[in-house]
Amino acid sequence: MTKKLPSITNKLPALIAGAGFVLLWQLVCSLGLVPAYMLPSPLDVLRAFWFERVLLWENALITLKEAFIGLGLGVLLGLVFATVMDAVPVLRRAIYPILVLTQTVPTVAIAPLLVLWFGYGLVPKVVLIVITTFFPVTVGLLDGFVSADPDTIDLLRSMGAGKWQIFRYIKFPGALSQFFSGLRIAAAYCVVGAVISEWLGGFGGLGVYMTRVKKAFAFDKMFAVIFLISAVSLGLMALVDLARRLCMPWQQVRENKEQ
Amino acid sequence: MGILEVRGVSKSFDGRPILDRIDLTLNQGELVCLLGVSGGGKSTLFNIISGLLTPDSGQVLLDGHDVTGCPGHVSYMLQKDLLLPYRTVQDNVILPLLLQGIPRSEALKTAHSLFDAFGLDGTQRLYPAQLSGGMRQRAALLRTYLFSRKVVLLDEPFSALDALTKSAMHRWYLDVMDRMPVSTLFITHDVDEAILLSDRICLLSDSPGHITHQISVPHPRPRPDSFKLSEEFLACKKQILSLL
Repeated sequence: MTKKLPSITNKLPALIAGAGFVLLWQLVCSLGLVPAYMLPSPLDVLRAFWFERVLLWENALITLKEAFIGLGLGVLLGLVFATVMDAVPVLRRAIYPILVLTQTVPTVAIAPLLVLWFGYGLVPKVVLIVITTFFPVTVGLLDGFVSADPDTIDLLRSMGAGKWQIFRYIKFPGALSQFFSGLRIAAAYCVVGAVISEWLGGFGGLGVYMTRVKKAFAFDKMFAVIFLISAVSLGLMALVDLARRLCMPWQQVRENKEQ
Repeated sequence: MGILEVRGVSKSFDGRPILDRIDLTLNQGELVCLLGVSGGGKSTLFNIISGLLTPDSGQVLLDGHDVTGCPGHVSYMLQKDLLLPYRTVQDNVILPLLLQGIPRSEALKTAHSLFDAFGLDGTQRLYPAQLSGGMRQRAALLRTYLFSRKVVLLDEPFSALDALTKSAMHRWYLDVMDRMPVSTLFITHDVDEAILLSDRICLLSDSPGHITHQISVPHPRPRPDSFKLSEEFLACKKQILSLL
């Protein structure tokens, strides 16, 4: 119990600030400082959320499916890229700048092209998510691989370890921390990526729902879906943190020692 | 003939000679120390003996076989303990066995009996971060020992420890040496440590490294605690200091 206390006290300022913000927002709406059709009050948003719960749930499932497939493929691709670039330094120098370049192209610009090429189905969404998620994973892993301690590598070499063994026992486990940092960012990106590509053409999902309620000027529903997307992203990030704790039990030991 | 023979090893980096015709013999069960100022060619010599580096000329023979430039024959422990933070102590020490393709369960069985002998019992499932400096060093030595029981190279293994832990570790290591069939070659720049631990001391000159003198330490091991304060110890220390 005592161990959990610091984390609550750490989060307390943020919780108070958040509650204060919602209260202020409600006050602004209740006093009629902003017209209700432009800014729905938090209570209106909650009400919209409740009325639309079935539709939101159905659409969220579609978006989550795209996000998970995209994220899974993105992580896989990141693993392959990072491993290959680490093993062959020439390839790293050749590919890395191109990878950086892909990240400078705004997703909103690629998405319509993907719709043209792949239609309105699942494929363009997944492709977009893969493009946005593989990068943080690749960079995280590669950083981890490259920063492996040369003395430890020498030690294993002196024991007769080959390249693969050095990768398995030193480079990969040593890069886990950076990998999870990258995965955390990728998890946040993947929902947003799915929503953006649904905006630009699709049959279902939170992005499609969003464009519909926007056209209907239903701002309360608009806000409800925005909050839902945030919540889903946060949930995914929390899942990544959980996976991190399960995969890296030694970090727990270190944290306990420091307290 | 010794278990380890270094014959005429020379090495230079970018035209700068680091090692100059090093000849060195290590006999079975012997503890030989390389003493010289920090830096210089001592670590380079160890990298050559362990096979990580190839000398410009000369040979390294282990049990009469040429192992020049072939890693994987000699146990090598570096200054830092280099325990992997993400593996438990037992998974750290069996690493050399895993690298040799021995299954984990079998490797753990081999290691298990040695935990007690190395004074590490009860630490098997802990992570290195949970151990003290001395215990980490012991674990690193156990890992080194599990790799090969023939020849162990120690590069300033106790230099990062505080004085009290260090002297406890000296006693412990001599005790281990008495019970296990290891031959040790170790580097230090601490004259007291060299006299206390070794059978023979090789003085290494600086740039380029060359073995200038070999001194046999009086009083065969195991030595009593009083040896540190004896006339023999002081005489030996004086001789070394005058030569350095």
